[in-house]
Amino acid sequence: MHNIQCDVAIIGGGPAGLAAAVSAKKQGAQKVLIIERDTALGGILQQCIHPGFGLTYYNEELTGPEYYGRFIKQAESLGIESLLDTMVLEVQPTGKIICVNSKYGITYVDAKSVVLAMGCRERTRANIQIPGTRPAGIYTAGAAQRLINRQNEMVGREIVILGSGDIGMIMARRLTLEGAHVVAVVEIMNYLAGLTRNRVQCLDDYDIPLLLSHTVTRIVGNERVEGVYVAQVDENKRPIGETEEFYPCDTLLLSVGLIPENELSRATDIEISAVTNGPVVNQFMQTSNPAVFACGNVVHVNDLVDNVTLESEIAGREAARYAMGSFPQVKRRISLETGNNVRYLCPHLLDIADMDEQITLYFRVLAPEHNVTITAKSGDAVLYKKKAVKVNPGEMEHVTFKTGEIPASSDCVRVDVTKEV
Amino acid sequence: MLKTDVLIIGAGASGCAIARELSKYQLDVMVADKNEDVGGDASKSNSAIIHTGYDASPGTLESQLVVAANPMYDKLSEDLEIPFERVGAILPAITDEQFEKLPSIKEKAFKNRVYDVEYKTAEQLLKMEPNLNPEVKGGLYIPRESIIDPFLLVVALAENAQENGVSFLLSTKVTGLKIEGDRIAGAETTAGPIEAKYVINAAGLYCDEIAHMAGKDDYYVNPRKGQFYILDKNTSCKVEHIVLPIPTKLTKGKLMCPTIHGNMLVGPTAEDLTDKVDKSTTREGLDSIETDVRKLIPKVNLRDSITQYCGLRPNRNPEGLHVDTYDDVKNYVNLSGIRSTGLTGSVALGKYVAQTLIDIGMKAPFKTNFIEKRKNIPCFHKLSRNDQNLLIKQNPLYGKVICRCETITEGEIVEAIHRPIPARSVDAVKRRLRAGMGRCQGGFCGPRVIDILARELNIPVTEVNKNNKGSYMIAGKVR
Amino acid sequence: MQEKKIICTVCPIGCTIAVKGEGGKILSIEGHTCKRGEEYSANEFLHPVRILTSTVRLKGSDMPLMPVRSNKPLPRESLFDCMEEIKKTEAKVPVRCMDVIIKDILGTGIDIVATGNAE
Repeated sequence: MHNIQCDVAIIGGGPAGLAAAVSAKKQGAQKVLIIERDTALGGILQQCIHPGFGLTYYNEELTGPEYYGRFIKQAESLGIESLLDTMVLEVQPTGKIICVNSKYGITYVDAKSVVLAMGCRERTRANIQIPGTRPAGIYTAGAAQRLINRQNEMVGREIVILGSGDIGMIMARRLTLEGAHVVAVVEIMNYLAGLTRNRVQCLDDYDIPLLLSHTVTRIVGNERVEGVYVAQVDENKRPIGETEEFYPCDTLLLSVGLIPENELSRATDIEISAVTNGPVVNQFMQTSNPAVFACGNVVHVNDLVDNVTLESEIAGREAARYAMGSFPQVKRRISLETGNNVRYLCPHLLDIADMDEQITLYFRVLAPEHNVTITAKSGDAVLYKKKAVKVNPGEMEHVTFKTGEIPASSDCVRVDVTKEV
Repeated sequence: MLKTDVLIIGAGASGCAIARELSKYQLDVMVADKNEDVGGDASKSNSAIIHTGYDASPGTLESQLVVAANPMYDKLSEDLEIPFERVGAILPAITDEQFEKLPSIKEKAFKNRVYDVEYKTAEQLLKMEPNLNPEVKGGLYIPRESIIDPFLLVVALAENAQENGVSFLLSTKVTGLKIEGDRIAGAETTAGPIEAKYVINAAGLYCDEIAHMAGKDDYYVNPRKGQFYILDKNTSCKVEHIVLPIPTKLTKGKLMCPTIHGNMLVGPTAEDLTDKVDKSTTREGLDSIETDVRKLIPKVNLRDSITQYCGLRPNRNPEGLHVDTYDDVKNYVNLSGIRSTGLTGSVALGKYVAQTLIDIGMKAPFKTNFIEKRKNIPCFHKLSRNDQNLLIKQNPLYGKVICRCETITEGEIVEAIHRPIPARSVDAVKRRLRAGMGRCQGGFCGPRVIDILARELNIPVTEVNKNNKGSYMIAGKVR
Repeated sequence: MQEKKIICTVCPIGCTIAVKGEGGKILSIEGHTCKRGEEYSANEFLHPVRILTSTVRLKGSDMPLMPVRSNKPLPRESLFDCMEEIKKTEAKVPVRCMDVIIKDILGTGIDIVATGNAE
């Protein structure tokens, strides 16, 4: 059996893993190893050939390959090692990683700390239980994106897209530019799931109809998709029978949400949040297993890769400190409470050490709202207060404060998004 | 022209079991099926249970076959390397009315010579199955009710038959039977005519259409739709036994059981249809499963479903399992009315049909070189780390995991594509190996499997199908 | 006179801005809440431009495609014509990020450049 020792092992070589690796190395970790199942680094960004990345992190607009290309360049110059075409089979609670590839066979990696950066996967037709037949021609948007942008394979010609997530809208434009006809984008909610920018540049630019408060009620076709029934939904998201209409098409793309990919994390016995479906982490992106850190979409599904990069830099830095024995001594734990119109907070809790740390809590709202005040409070202390003209579940919000501002008498910080009256 | 001693029409569980049984004789045997893969229609969409026959109608051929077949599976599953487990079934009575029915069910089992059915108290049942409705009054335990991999059962029977000389003509639809006097001379098929000394109709849902070609119109088949849920291996509420409802006069009801690979199966509905190709799930059907199964397992979580599917049972009118021979069509065996217990009964049916052929005059000595065992494709994720490593050293493709949910390697996929009964489509790979059968439902491995199929079969990607002809996955090249 | 409703993409607020104009001149802008929105909507009204991203065939590599983009935003109305040029084009290894794949596409003065690397 092949054995490898390292300081920090990172599972996943997408944007989260790359940023964590670069940051761990810069922090001083000697040997940093990325384990990646694909034949190349870059993760999902390899198929995200569209622009829109880096607007906040680099202050310029890059495509997916350009964005991760910059991190690969850094990783190479820093001497970060990677094990490509390698699937991790198991992460043991001790932190030992068992992985496999064609070259070395079963490989054991012993690391002083581990960073989970496996990203997420797409929700499927079965997850949302669309009735009907099971023909060819039903793809998740990401699978279709891979086929078209990496494998040079066109998925269909007449397309209905269910879900107004960003990948769905981006695929609507991509398919249109390649000569396919996108019949409609169908969204069950009465608001857009993705970014407004993508609605304008991917749908409106090409006159692709967006049907809000609609859903696909049935799939038709025995061998290949022949069409779908689409109906309007009522306020309880139940289809209204008499509004059902048949849309002929040969392909149904699904952009109906992402789920953090935590099969490996579950096996390590770390605590998983029921809301985000990802590991529970503190502000160091440390999980309930002190040697295991996590970042990016494996923790919570982010809207922008720029945010993934920021939190992954923290995970990498802290994993390096843990590996080198310079991790801060935690003095007390602060719980974080989701108040009004807050779906979750990430990190999920704060472990306070002696230093006065700058904290950023990311979150998503439950429902869209205009003219709100976002607050973070601890006991009587208001740690953060800001007005926002618009909040939307499709776009992440954040609050920032310093740990020193949390009153000694309080062990909780609560975040609320309240409508101004 | 193709010539054979025995032509079997239909490569479902029945056809393949008959083929394997006949491959023990010195005979030329041919199996024709309209589908691209073995596994038929009904054989691949069912509850994957090996029944005991405790609830069959006593004295019927169906009862005889199922009761005879059940004990055969211990050896068969070992010989042919088919995943099989005797998990046992429980039949809990939730209401007083149901409780009163238990003695008659036990009596029926007794009449079917299923003597090991036992009464269990509510306390015992709740200990066996903690997620059971706590209002349970008591129930029956049927220890030999078992679960199997239904796809591998059929594939294994077919592969072993093929190794013993049977030819499989897939994508070959029988379009007519040529009758000469009181015999069938052969069949017209989409692959040309086939001359046959004996013809067996094992066409399942379509057996009435084949019977019609043989001049027999004494029954017809209508599909009875059954819809199912498969739940994630990690679902919050699981069962360890096959949990069956007490049947009513109208229906056998909906059950919940583990699958042989650790998922949960919930269903089926029973809806009589006329359209033999209507394999669509419906909102109403799926919702009815939830309502009914909650009575047994209140905490079942169907939101954890990773797929929903539907199968069509070939329902004979008038009812009843029949193996018919005729004086005016002397070399023809007609099978009909093979329904939910067909998967179980298949291996006994194979023997029964072989004897029927002998009864109608077929003469064939046994083979001296029958190969009894079949080796399955190495199952990477079930091996020890050491054995996994050895396998990779022999063939590095076993080091490349393609399906991450079920940990299926490229080595396994390539082997499935090149087996004697080859996997030529995405679904055929999935049925044999479970690549794409996990929680992401092929979102990750699907695009990779398409490319592997195209490469190994040396065909353009546009010719890679999901299943049968017309189910193309890729519409063309982008560039 | 022409009137267009433009959804602003400068920030997540996404104001709907009504722009009126005639013959390449703006007559009025309403509904914006900041200076950047005003500028954005004027540009969108007069000459909307977009970054075009796509792929070209790649020779000499295991990867069949090389991702590409326009190095500056192209006039929106020219995107489909540019796609026709891109479809005809082939790149050969080695390709480095920002290598010019199509110089001055359709005389726009804008280049189509590689966004990936291939040896």
